[in-house]
Formats: sequence, C-alpha cells, structure tokens
Amino acid sequence: MGLFKDLISIKDLTREEIDHVLVTADAMEPLAASGSDMLKGKILASLFFEPSTRTRLSFEAAMLKLGGSVISITEPRVSSVEKGENLADTIRVVENYADVIVLRHPLEGAARLAAEFSSVPIINAGSGAEEHPTQALLDLFTIFKNKGDIDGLNIALMGDLRYGRTVHSLAYALSNYAVNLYLVSPRLLRMRREIVEDISGKIKVEELEDVEEILPELDVLYVTRIQKERFPDLEEYEKVKGSYKVDLNLLSKAREDLILLHPLPRVGEIAPEVDSTRHAKYFQQTRFGLITRMAILALVLGAVD
Amino acid sequence: MPEELLRVSKIKKGTVIDHITHGYALDILKILGITGRESSGVITIAINVPSKKYGIKDIVKVEGRELKAEEVDKIALLAPHATINIIRNYKVVEKQRVKLPAVIRGIVKCANPSCISNSGEPIQPTFYVEREEPLRLRCHYCGRIMEREDVMRRF
Ligand SMILES: [Zn+2]
Repeated sequence: MGLFKDLISIKDLTREEIDHVLVTADAMEPLAASGSDMLKGKILASLFFEPSTRTRLSFEAAMLKLGGSVISITEPRVSSVEKGENLADTIRVVENYADVIVLRHPLEGAARLAAEFSSVPIINAGSGAEEHPTQALLDLFTIFKNKGDIDGLNIALMGDLRYGRTVHSLAYALSNYAVNLYLVSPRLLRMRREIVEDISGKIKVEELEDVEEILPELDVLYVTRIQKERFPDLEEYEKVKGSYKVDLNLLSKAREDLILLHPLPRVGEIAPEVDSTRHAKYFQQTRFGLITRMAILALVLGAVD
Repeated sequence: MPEELLRVSKIKKGTVIDHITHGYALDILKILGITGRESSGVITIAINVPSKKYGIKDIVKVEGRELKAEEVDKIALLAPHATINIIRNYKVVEKQRVKLPAVIRGIVKCANPSCISNSGEPIQPTFYVEREEPLRLRCHYCGRIMEREDVMRRF
C-alpha cells in the first residue's frame, strides 16, 4: 500500500510524510527523462468535473512516464454528473476499471467523499476553493531542489491569497517547516482568517500590503494571479494591480538567489522580461510538477516504499 | 425534584429540560419544532432561573411529549450542560445529562453551499466538535467551521 492510501488534503500529511514525498521525487527525477515500466499494467482514471488542462496533462504524463495507462472523463458537459448521477456512484463504477483515481471537482470535500467510497487510491487534483495538495507538494519540491532545504527560508506568498486555492494548500504545507512566511496582498484579498490562525500557531507569519519592504530578505517569492472579478469596483482593482506586478525594476532590489515561483497561467503578474533572469523558476516548476506526481503515483500504488 | 423546578407548575407526563444555558430557551423550542400554536399540552418556559452551578439558567417543560434521542442530540449542540428529565405521573422516571459526542452525524447540515455533503450524496453530514461552548464544529468533508449562529440557522 505504500506511505498513504489517498492524497486528499495537505493537512492530512505529517512533516515526515511530506519529506518522504520530496525525497522520493528527488530519487525518481532521472525517470522523467528515461521513462520506466514501474507502473506497467496499472490504469489511472482521471475524472475532471471541472476543466484544468494543465493539471490533467501533468498527471497523465506522470502515469505514462512510469509505464502505466490512462482512461479519462474530460468533458464535464457530457459526463454522468450532468445527468444527475452522484459522485459516490461514479466512483463505485470507475474503481472497477482503475488502480488509482485522480479527481478534480467543483465542490469542496469531494475528494474526501470519493475516498470513502473507493477501494482504490484517490488523489485530489483540486476540489472547491480550498485544496490542491499535489500543487503544494510540487511547490515544496521546487523550493527544495533550488535551495537544498526548506527550513530557515524567508518565503513570501503574494497576490490573491483569499481565493487562490494553491496558496492555501501551500501555506499549510509550509507550516510544517521552520520558515518565516510573509503574506503580501491587498486588504480585500488577504488570506482567510481561519487559515492564518491555523498556521500562525506553528510558524512566524506576517501580513503586509507591500512586498518592497521585505524583498531584500526573501529567498522565495511566490506570485499568484489577481483577478479583476474579485473587486467590487474597477477603480480599486486598477489601484492595486500595479503593486503586485513583478518586473526587472522590482527585482533589482532582490537578492541574487531569490527564486520566483508562479502556479501558472499568469496574466501579467510577471513581466516577460523576467523570464530570462536567474530568478525565474516557474517553468521549471512545471517539470518538477511532473516528477512530484510521478513520485505520488508510485507511492500510492506501492511501487516504491 | 430540585426546588427551582417547582417555581412553575408540575407536569403530569412529559419532559423537563433543565440547566439550559442561559438565553437559549427559545432556541431550544425552535429546535423541538414548538411554535407556540400547538393545540394541546402545556409548555412552560422559565428564563433567568438562579442556579448554584451556572449562576442563572433556563428551563423548558413540555407536557405530553418524551424527547427522541435525535432531539436530545440537537439540544446538546446548543446547551451542553442541559439535563433531560422524563416525567410520568408527576415523577421523574428518567434523568439524563445531554452529551455532545466528539463526532456528530446526521443532525445538522453544513452551512457551506459548495460542500459536497449538501449535494445529494448518499452520506450523512458529519462534524467534529472542536469546542462545546461557545460551539465550534468543523465539517468532515469541506472543513468549514460552524458556530452557534450557523447551526441555529440550519434548524
Ligand atoms: Zn461541509
């Protein structure tokens, strides 16, 4: 069975379990180039009841790299969910075809429910607004690969911290490590109170509106998209959007070895001129995402210990 | 029967809910589906009753009705110190303290409209009791925190 049966929430994992995923991913990195038949004969079912092409491609590629096969539901409009079948029934049908199920669903708690009905492992690829555990793990892996360690780092999450689900899971994941966490956002888009309460019991957390004051100390700057629709009036949006944009001018105040991450897709938060700097790690993040998901699949399917 | 229960008239048969957290008597009536327009059965409400243990407390007496286990569980959500006295022939034949279990199943729905437990799945809504008073529940599925006001709104 391996380390854990399902991967539902980053909050379910201990620091030891997270570290184990990172170490496993590190060991499996060569397989991303060479391929492997570690999961030959195994089938992954990807059930995406909400579109997320990037996440789906990443999981499917990870499975194929390890020699497994993929079946999928990719058109929510023609799926049985639209016809009113409940998720529990869908899972009890699909578990007969697959060895592992990757689930993306618009409702919160969907993956936890699926795991209760499934005899095969469930991997949460995003459910509702809160959870996206594999994204958090690949973010940690990217930091780990670039910095050699996570403990002791100064890390800022910047942008829409209220609605961006990747930053919620990442904040919980980071709270297992001895980091200084800065939450940089406009007032309206501050991280939800319950999350700040949960994590500030474990690590030092500081909330601020302007990244410039802390930029010189940062090891990691994680940028997320600020969506226009989140603002009640456009004027407010226009006022703040400029202060959350990363360009060469801003980065001139940063440390040489600052790494810049973004879950992608970006829409203007990071100027293209930044792509060629040594700070830009957001495309590397995609490759590390593939490797992290290979490790997660191998772990839940018991192909590695 | 303790003296303060005598302040209001005794009932022949029914239930006395004692040691209700002060201020919650009317909410308890709401939970029990009592509207005040029932055609029979005396219903007595006592508010601000002095109590040795809690300073002041509320009491509700319902004539002609013995509470079901599910109703007792709902009362426990709002008044974790309440005691339920079942009365037959003017005597207390059964006395139990309500007890809020660590995990609550089926008696209240999640306040989060985007929670999978509200979408017709074959499961019971499930909550972890993180704190009894003031009440704090966490949804097993979506993780949403529900406090007393959220719970009352669901009844
Ligand atoms: Zn819920």
